[in-house]
Amino acid sequence: MAPATSDRADQALWSLSDLDFGYGERMVLQRVSLELVPGRCYGILGPNGSGKTTLLDLLSGLLQPHAGRVTFRGRPLHSWPKKQLARRLALVPQDFMVRFGYTVREVVEMGLHPHLHRFASPTAADLALVDEALAATGIEELAERPVTRLSGGEKQRVAVARALAQRPEVLLLDEATSNLDIHHSLEILQLVRQRFERHGMQVVAVMHDLNLAALFCDHLIFLKGGQVLRQGPTDEVLTPETIAAVYGVEAEVRDNPFTRSRQVSFRLPAKP
Amino acid sequence: MRPAAASALWLPLTGLLVFGVCFSATLGFLDVSIPDVVAILWARLTDQPLPAGVDPVAATVVADVRLPRILAAVLVGGMLGVSGAVFQAILLNPLADSYTLGISTGAAFGASLVIVLQIFGLMLPVGVSVPVFAFAGGVATLAVVLFLASGDRSLSSTSLILAGVIVSAILSAAIGFLKFLADEQVGIIIFWLMGSLAGATWPNIGLLAPVALFGTLVLLFHSRDLNIMATGDRAATSLGVQTVRLRTLLLATGTLLTSLAVSVSGIIGFVGLIVPHLLRHLVGPDNRRLIPLSFLTGGLLLLIADTITRAALPAEVPIGVLTALLGGPFFCILFKRRQRHGASDF
Repeated sequence: MAPATSDRADQALWSLSDLDFGYGERMVLQRVSLELVPGRCYGILGPNGSGKTTLLDLLSGLLQPHAGRVTFRGRPLHSWPKKQLARRLALVPQDFMVRFGYTVREVVEMGLHPHLHRFASPTAADLALVDEALAATGIEELAERPVTRLSGGEKQRVAVARALAQRPEVLLLDEATSNLDIHHSLEILQLVRQRFERHGMQVVAVMHDLNLAALFCDHLIFLKGGQVLRQGPTDEVLTPETIAAVYGVEAEVRDNPFTRSRQVSFRLPAKP
Repeated sequence: MRPAAASALWLPLTGLLVFGVCFSATLGFLDVSIPDVVAILWARLTDQPLPAGVDPVAATVVADVRLPRILAAVLVGGMLGVSGAVFQAILLNPLADSYTLGISTGAAFGASLVIVLQIFGLMLPVGVSVPVFAFAGGVATLAVVLFLASGDRSLSSTSLILAGVIVSAILSAAIGFLKFLADEQVGIIIFWLMGSLAGATWPNIGLLAPVALFGTLVLLFHSRDLNIMATGDRAATSLGVQTVRLRTLLLATGTLLTSLAVSVSGIIGFVGLIVPHLLRHLVGPDNRRLIPLSFLTGGLLLLIADTITRAALPAEVPIGVLTALLGGPFFCILFKRRQRHGASDF
């Protein structure tokens, strides 16, 4: 399913070794070692507080590890100039909030920022990119509306459009669809998946919903208590055993012909 | 649509400001015509003798008394408008201002200290020490506020404003103590704390003008990054904006502008709050337009207010009192409307 990848280190997107991170005394991630390679759509899963978002922030360079090493494209992440990194990595946060009434178009245009010199105006090609991002996310009609007047689903689509206008090598999704209804969630995931398959945009997504993750991701990383408990191709690691170990719940996992993916079913725990 | 509104505002605002400066110079106890004002200005600038028919007394009054005060009003208003716009954009709070952060109070404390030290016989050169102490007071306040707020690494706007309120409460008490020490001469401090441009001189302009220009350019230089800050720290960082550095730099620049304005005029409230507010309604929140327009509008507003207290009112009312009396109710209306619309889309 995933394009063939080589295991050569210089081909890796990220390489993490023995990463530690904590807030004060509280350790959030411990001894995390991972290799993320191109050509796979990654999902990071785990219970609340297992360090998913922290891991994403370490990948994006927003946070610095207390111990261990992170390299991106073979080069230590902290040595990347911020603006160069921003040309490669785009983030769609969980709740995209904009203060002040910027129009949708203005917000999407912000995605051009890492590619523009300080006083440069966007070129016609840049603006075409903005239009294309607006069209791809289906928010063209909203372009001149203040973003503060939009619904949650519309705001998330603005965040995705902005990330697309950023032309990133890798798109980082931080529970980008967790607060959306199923219609909007599927719409956004489908759009991102299409970019992944057709344009080779790499994806690392922190997700909450196991079934959406199974639909969307080729490779899952399960975190628990700040450590990587299991990781591997979705079809291998998404098992009742993994779910029991990570979430402590009983589940049934089946290959679903309708979704053409594995799907998980739960039941209420039996009364003690 | 909104960029057009911005460019439509440029010319009339600049024109109004130039006209306002000239017209305001004609007003006062002595009547001088606009052509005469222009002639006096031209003669002074080119260092040529006055044309015949212009009263030399009027020339002295216009050039040495009115003009420095008028220019100070424009510069102070502009600086307050710009710093207000920037503080609001950094703190993501349309109600933020140099007062919310305690910076004005800090600068006022620094300047009051000079006045009190003088009463106690410590002779400092006032022209230099008041701005220096005011700036030191503003910067020290900002440093304390940043230190208090830096418990959370990202300098969130809630902790910044809270720290500002705490520090400003302490400083107000300290100013109260200085007033108590000043005893009979408390009047000087009080008048100055209420804000007045009556004492503005050419050396003041020589100090204000380059700082106003430099500060505004620094802010303008970073205005696109500042726009992106509106989408939150994480999103801004992912676009390559170095949020902590940017916030520190812009807060320091805003503090410089505010402190120097305060050192010349005393505390003048509501200009920095209302001007960016109003403009955001007209031209949208883009700081690339908002910052220069805030300068022009703030300058124009304070010029009008100062001209009213100087030339129109029978007795000179402290300008800080006037702006608060006019601006306060206006702000209440904005605040109520904002609640009714239920959105933070200023």
